[in-house]
Amino acid sequence: MSVAITTAAPTNPAPEGDYVLEARGLSKSFGGFHAVRNVDLKVKRGSIHALIGPNGAGKTTCFNLLSKILTPTEGQVLFDGQDITGLRSAQVARLGLVRSFQISATFPHLTCLENVRVALQSSYGIAYSFWRSLRALDSLNDRAMQLLAQVGLKAQADLLATELSYGKKRALEIATTLAMDPKVMLLDEPTAGMGREDVEPITDLIREVSPGRTILIVEHNLSVVANLCERITVLQHGEILTEGTYGEVSSNPDVITAYMGGVDDE
Amino acid sequence: MTRYVLFAALGIAALAAPFQVYPILLMTILCFVVFAASFNLLLGFAGLLCFGHAMFFGTAAYIAGWLLKNTAITIELAFLAATLAMAVLGYLVGLISARRGGIQFAMITFAIAQFIYFLLLRAPFTGGEDGMQGIPRSALFGVINVSSSFTLYYLILAITVLAIAAVYRIVHSPFGEVLRAIRDNEARVDSLGFNPVQFKILAITLSAGLAGLAGAMKATVFQIATLHDVSWHVSGTIIFMTLLGGLGTLAGPVVGAALVVVLHDYLAHFGEWALIIQGSVFLAVILFMRQGIVGAAKALYRRVVVRS
Repeated sequence: MSVAITTAAPTNPAPEGDYVLEARGLSKSFGGFHAVRNVDLKVKRGSIHALIGPNGAGKTTCFNLLSKILTPTEGQVLFDGQDITGLRSAQVARLGLVRSFQISATFPHLTCLENVRVALQSSYGIAYSFWRSLRALDSLNDRAMQLLAQVGLKAQADLLATELSYGKKRALEIATTLAMDPKVMLLDEPTAGMGREDVEPITDLIREVSPGRTILIVEHNLSVVANLCERITVLQHGEILTEGTYGEVSSNPDVITAYMGGVDDE
Repeated sequence: MTRYVLFAALGIAALAAPFQVYPILLMTILCFVVFAASFNLLLGFAGLLCFGHAMFFGTAAYIAGWLLKNTAITIELAFLAATLAMAVLGYLVGLISARRGGIQFAMITFAIAQFIYFLLLRAPFTGGEDGMQGIPRSALFGVINVSSSFTLYYLILAITVLAIAAVYRIVHSPFGEVLRAIRDNEARVDSLGFNPVQFKILAITLSAGLAGLAGAMKATVFQIATLHDVSWHVSGTIIFMTLLGGLGTLAGPVVGAALVVVLHDYLAHFGEWALIIQGSVFLAVILFMRQGIVGAAKALYRRVVVRS
C-alpha cells in the first residue's frame, strides 16, 4: 500500500488497489484436459512474485495465458486495471507486459547489440523502413550498449548470440526484455538448465533490475524462489493450492505433500 | 581493402565480359542473379521457403512482353510496370500465405503458382504453348538504342547492380534487422511487440517485385515469354541456385546463378546426362558444403586468416 502508483490506466480512473496484473477465474482446457482451472491471481506492483508447482501443475500454461500466447477458455486478465483478455501478445508487449521464454530466446544469427536493438526498435517507429541504412539506428546504440553493460555483456556486443554460453544467452535475453522498459516482466524459468555457477549471477541480475518493475517468475529451483521472491503462488493440477511468503508456503502441509515423491526437491 | 580490390576486379571483368563471352549467356546469368537474389531475400533473410517463385518471374515476362509488343512504352517503363505489378501480386500472395510458416508456406505458394500457371496457359494473350514471341527491345528512355545484345548487356548489367544494391539495403536496414530476427525466432519478435506477419508480407512484396524485374529483363533478353518461366521447374531451379551459392549471403545467389546457368550451357550437349551431373553437383554441395559455396568459402577464409 506504500507503493506509489505512477501510471493510472486510461480506461479505468480508479485502479484497484496496487495490483498491476490480475487474473480472474482463468481457465484453459485442451480438448477435455483442464490445464488451468479457475485461477485467481493478483500480482502486487513492484513485487517479485513466483509461480511454482510440481511438473504438470499448469505453470507454463498459466504463464502463456498471462502473456497472451494462449487465449483462455474462461476468465479475464487485467493489466494495470485494463482488460487485456482480447489482446494479442504483441499488443500487450507494447503496453509494457513483456515475457521471456523457457528455452533460450535470443536471435542466434544477430549480434548481441542487434538482439537488444531489435527490441529498442519496437518503440522507435521506423521498423518498416526498408530503404534506410542501418545508420538510422545509430541513436539506439548507446542505449543498447548500456543495457548490455547492465547484464555484463558489453565486451560481447559484436559477437553473434549463438556464440555465447548458455548463461550469457539468458543474460542477453534479459537485456532484450529490459529494452522494452517493461512495467511487468514475465520470466519463464530463468535458471532452467543452468549449472550452479550460472544460477547465482542470473538471480542477482533479476534482483538488480527489479526496482521500479514488477516481476512474475515461473521457477523450478526453490532456492532461487526463496531468496528472490516476496510472494509465492503454488499451483497443483491447474488450480491454486496456496499463496503466501516462502516461509508460509514451505511450511504448508499440502505443499509438502504436493512436492513429495521427489518431483523437484532441490 | 581487399574487398574494394575484389569489387573493382569484378567490375572490370563484368564490363569487359561481352567482348569475350556470348552476351546472351551473360545476360541469362544476370537475370537469374537478380531472380536468385530475390528468392534469397525471402529464404535467407526471412526464413520463408517460397516454392512458387516462378510465378513472379514468368508473369512479369508476359506483362513486360505484352507492353513492349502492344504499346509504345519504353523498355525501362516496361521493366518498372512489371516490377510494380509483381509487387502487387506478391502483396496478395503474402496476405494469403504469410500467416503460415515452413512447409505450409511452401505448399500455399506452390498452389498459387500452379493456379497462375494454368491461368496463363488459358489466357488469350500469352500465346498458350507457343509462348509470346517477337518481344521488341524498345529504346531506353525512348532515345538509346538497346536492340543489339551487346548494348542491351550493359543495361541489364546496370539494373542487376542496382537490384543487388537494393537487396543489400533491404537486408541492412531497420526493416532488415527485424526481418532477420523473425527468421531466427518469430515468437520472440512477437513478444517484443512487433507483428511478424506484417513484416513477412512486406518481405514477400519486395521479393516478388525483384523477381518480376528479373522476369521482365529475361523477356527482353530472349525476346520471348513462355510458360516454362512460370513452371515449377523454374521455381525449383531458383531454390537450387540459391542453396548451391549459399543461403543468407549476398554473394551466394550471384555465384549460384552463374554456376548453374554456365553448367546448363556447358552440359547442354550431354543431353539427359546433364541432369545427372547437375544432381551430383547439388548432392556434393549439400553433403560437403552445407552453407553453400560462398558459405564454405567464408568459413575457410575465416579459418585461414583468423588463425594466422
